[in-house]
Amino acid sequence: MLNFVMRRTLISIPTLLFISLIIFLLLNLAPNDPMAQVPLTVPPEVKEKMREALGLGQPLYIQFFKWLVQFFWIEPQVFFDHMFGTSFSEDKLRVISWQTRSPVMDMIIQRMPQTLWVVGMSYIVGILIALPIGIYSAYRHYSVFDQAGTFVTMIGYSIPPFFTGPLVIVIFAVQLGWLPSTYDTVLRVVDWDTFVTQLRQMVLPVMVLALQTTAQISRYMRASMLDNLSQDYVRTARAKGLSEWTVVAIHVLRNSMIPVVTVIALNLPAIFGGAIITEQIFKVNGIGQQLIGAIYANDLPTVQTLTFMFAVLIVFFNLIADILYGVLDPRIRYE
Amino acid sequence: MNDVVIDRSQSGKWLDVWTQFKKHKGALVGSMVFILITLTVIAGPFFWIFEANEINIRQRNEGPSWLHPLGTDQLGRDTFARMIAGGQTSITVGLAAMALSILLGSCIGVIAGYYRRLDGMLMRLTDLFLSLPLLPLLLVMMLLFREPLSEAYGPERGMFVLIVCAIGITSWMPTARIVRGDVLALKEREFILAARSIGTTDTKIILRHILPNVISPILVSATLGIANAIITESALSFLGLGFPPDFPTWGRLLNDAVEYLTLYPERVFWPGLAISLTVLSVNYVGDGIRDALDPRIRGR
Amino acid sequence: MKLKSLLLSIAGCIAFAPASFAERGSDGNVSIIYWQAPSILNPYLTGGTKDLESSSMVIEPLGRYDNTGALVPYLAKEIPTVGNGGVSADLMSITWTLKDGLLWSDGTAVTSEDVKFSADYCLHPDMGCASLSYFAGVTSVDIVDALTVKVNFDSPKPNPYGPYMGYTTPIIQKAQFENCMGAAAPNCTEANFGPIGTGPFVVTEFKPNDVIQMVANENYREAGKPAFATVTFKGGGDATGAGRSVLETGEFDYAWNLQLAPEVIANMEKAGKGVAIAGFGPLVERIEMNLTDPSPSLDADTRATRKAPHPFLTDINVRKAMSMAIDRTLLVEIGYGKAGKVTCDLVPAPDLYAANNDYCVKQDIAGANALLDGAGWTKGADGVRTKDGMRLSVLYQTSTNAVRQDFQALIKEWWSQIGVETELRNLSASVFFGGDPGSPDTFQKFYSDVEMYANTFSGTDPQSYLAQYLCGTEPRPESQWQGENINRFCEPEYDALHAELTKTGDLEKRGEIAIRLNNMLTKDSYTIVPLVHRGRVSAHANSLGGVVLNTWDSELWNVADWHRIK
Repeated sequence: MLNFVMRRTLISIPTLLFISLIIFLLLNLAPNDPMAQVPLTVPPEVKEKMREALGLGQPLYIQFFKWLVQFFWIEPQVFFDHMFGTSFSEDKLRVISWQTRSPVMDMIIQRMPQTLWVVGMSYIVGILIALPIGIYSAYRHYSVFDQAGTFVTMIGYSIPPFFTGPLVIVIFAVQLGWLPSTYDTVLRVVDWDTFVTQLRQMVLPVMVLALQTTAQISRYMRASMLDNLSQDYVRTARAKGLSEWTVVAIHVLRNSMIPVVTVIALNLPAIFGGAIITEQIFKVNGIGQQLIGAIYANDLPTVQTLTFMFAVLIVFFNLIADILYGVLDPRIRYE
Repeated sequence: MNDVVIDRSQSGKWLDVWTQFKKHKGALVGSMVFILITLTVIAGPFFWIFEANEINIRQRNEGPSWLHPLGTDQLGRDTFARMIAGGQTSITVGLAAMALSILLGSCIGVIAGYYRRLDGMLMRLTDLFLSLPLLPLLLVMMLLFREPLSEAYGPERGMFVLIVCAIGITSWMPTARIVRGDVLALKEREFILAARSIGTTDTKIILRHILPNVISPILVSATLGIANAIITESALSFLGLGFPPDFPTWGRLLNDAVEYLTLYPERVFWPGLAISLTVLSVNYVGDGIRDALDPRIRGR
Repeated sequence: MKLKSLLLSIAGCIAFAPASFAERGSDGNVSIIYWQAPSILNPYLTGGTKDLESSSMVIEPLGRYDNTGALVPYLAKEIPTVGNGGVSADLMSITWTLKDGLLWSDGTAVTSEDVKFSADYCLHPDMGCASLSYFAGVTSVDIVDALTVKVNFDSPKPNPYGPYMGYTTPIIQKAQFENCMGAAAPNCTEANFGPIGTGPFVVTEFKPNDVIQMVANENYREAGKPAFATVTFKGGGDATGAGRSVLETGEFDYAWNLQLAPEVIANMEKAGKGVAIAGFGPLVERIEMNLTDPSPSLDADTRATRKAPHPFLTDINVRKAMSMAIDRTLLVEIGYGKAGKVTCDLVPAPDLYAANNDYCVKQDIAGANALLDGAGWTKGADGVRTKDGMRLSVLYQTSTNAVRQDFQALIKEWWSQIGVETELRNLSASVFFGGDPGSPDTFQKFYSDVEMYANTFSGTDPQSYLAQYLCGTEPRPESQWQGENINRFCEPEYDALHAELTKTGDLEKRGEIAIRLNNMLTKDSYTIVPLVHRGRVSAHANSLGGVVLNTWDSELWNVADWHRIK
């Protein structure tokens, strides 16, 4: 087991380095210009000076090496300093965004809370709704409930958030006026009232996102339950005279949860990645919105850092999922 | 000789599958809806009197009428004609991207499963692609290749090639993994050993004995792939990184109409409905195929 | 329109009179939404309007332009002119004097050191200063006394109001930015995100690309102002969402730059929560005619340069006919509504410099056809006119943008009616305006016959704007395709007249010359075909008083006067 974890971790290091190189090359070979959004009233020679100040025009390998040092050596020092009050990172150049001229990492940390609140909450809500639907649909396979459940989850799969988002805004914020259409990122939950405000502003984005999570997880749950319900051990358990509740809730459910838990773990990085479209529509201004904003503005350091961080998270949670699988299912042994 | 036997057993199996598929009402309705939408979109331009880019400034922002059943947009272009044109692009993108992704996925899956030497390397490649963040990567690819491609093929066709390639290249991994698993198991079966023992070449074994037996997971991935590609294309168009504004696709039409949501809700409704209905029907078809191909369910 | 200007002036009166009786910070919170979120609050490091406008609530220049384009003193005692002796008679220097007793928001005094420092900061060679062009021609800034500075120029400047006027060149505090000169500028994140200023508000929290929190500046120079105690400045989303949150749901008090279809805004206003207001600067959407040959068959050194004149666009009759075929009233109605006016001028504002031509207002397809017939262009079997083997077939490019593509579709239709065949092309804005000399698709390279975009000038003086059309300023291979004379227009007469403008100090005379220059480019030669004089539409809640939309400076220029109507 330990051996397996070690080996997987070691493999992921060159993988990640390779990914960072690919992302870097992709971004830098693209024809783009961070000055394109500067108004035409700024003369070309001034723009040229601004470009130079951003460090453009250096050879690619130097730019890449600089980024590697900044990301893997200086940023951890900043983090260490922050935790223990030391000063290793003083005066060292961090990964700086072209758009805001400030460290990219600080912005990511600043935006993490709202992303986690909204996307994380929608994930939890989605799972809580999805599991019972999936279980019952499988148990009553081809019943009216199963058909209806399938239909609803299919709709969740099929209707994109850029359609549901504006739709719920028009219904709940404009017509009915019940809920706010924008997300207030500076709200601090200090008492009951602010907590209620926080809940109210989360309802719409969470609703839109949870629809998709629900669809996905409930399909997995249903499939996994169906697989297990037709197994021999279920027949044995029933033959032994165990109550239907014990058979389904204890035996079948526990075994069916194994692949579902792994799927849930595999999807976790998406929470940190934020939800690009939903964040944009509700002005949550989280990580997803930061990424799309940086792409529009050709802010390469931000795009590079963010995409690479997503890659790290995906690799990490893949590893977690594999380990979880072994922990939950004793039949699986790692060579 | 060998072939004939397999063919007969195959056709028998497909008959079973079809019988089971017919029982899945959702799948049956789904496939009919999908065929209907596809036919409308293909045949529409031959019957419909208006063209998608025909401007009639005196008839702009009109509601539904006999002349324009879905109304007209801000330049007086017929919405129905634009929906047809948009559907052509959206469905073609869906089918082409699916084909590319299935082709890549099955090739890599079969090769990795069949040749032990290549297995490790190809599976690391799959892992690598799985660990790349997809939507950001797609967005970056748009940024990168949009200009050179539109220069080479013209703005619309260049964008088409780009979107199809981008979606295809970022969505083949699940297919490859499933196919590889199936091939690994098949390789040890007696009929493959038998074929090998009489000196059949690898290529022939793969084409005649392996591929027909892994067709079911490929079919299921294919239906999911169409749905996925249609949604991805419209998401890209929605974010303003897809096709140019004067080139209708369902995603683009939806994006343009969101602004008019309260004023002309039907303009949002039609493309939204078209996307959702197509994806829904395709998903149902996929669900039906999966059930029909699953021998355990088929037996019941 | 009358009613609106009346309302505006009433709003202005309210703003300037009774508000001063109110107590500072008595009106609670005001919330502003910009759908493009501010990234930084240091105007010298950014060219983005959203950043410039948000920073204008915190840091201020010596003088601003008001909503009519007139100059108003802010930190300065008065606007220096030749008349009051502030500008030297030879136009070689300008002397600014600060108001007495000005304090920074941290309580220290504002001195001429700070004013000089602001110029030195921007002029530092390693800085990459976005406002550098406003300091063009400045040789030195001398401190006369604690409150007075003298700006020296290298040549006579009839318009010496480049530095320290408007939101692009505010005064920053020397003590705060002293260690942030040159290459170190981007590292001073704290200063760039929270500059200490003299404006009505002070930044308490800045989340880049998301939200700014501000409180009233205790040391603001006018007693009782600002009326609001706190500001929430939210960014992000899209124009539709921003408009909706002010006009329909009332979540915000002010929304900036609503680039929406006219009927959408009108519909939102029906909810009764707020009103949309429009203001006009000199921004003109235009079609530029390429006077050189962009044919791909030419080699790279000749293509689209003056060595190869355009085969048919050099014929004024063709240009004129193409302009006559356009129905500008309809374009305005479809694309801009309240935020657009028909214009036939390159310089449509301010009033002093506006020619107010009306030669192009009426569409005249028949006239255009007759003109082309008379000039010998005959229609072929396919409906396209030809002459001496040349076909009137044009490539029409612009940036990717929904309104522009609508315009392209309409204009293509009209041109087909006069026998001009049009191929449309749209390019991503980041490439089109990107200025990369390696890309064939930039607006400077102009590898098409006609192209459409909007341009404007900053401040109220069009001299440098009109200088863009002098001989020798055209983009060409030798200049790395940089340059502003997009059409490759070259008339010695124009150059001579412009030289006269640079030497003229008298305003009346300047206006006369500018109008003649404008006409040479538009009415007389159809080199530039103006389409729409574009304004800006913003919206404010009914309960927000004191808003005066200003397109010559920051929209938030008078935020100190904003107050709650009870």
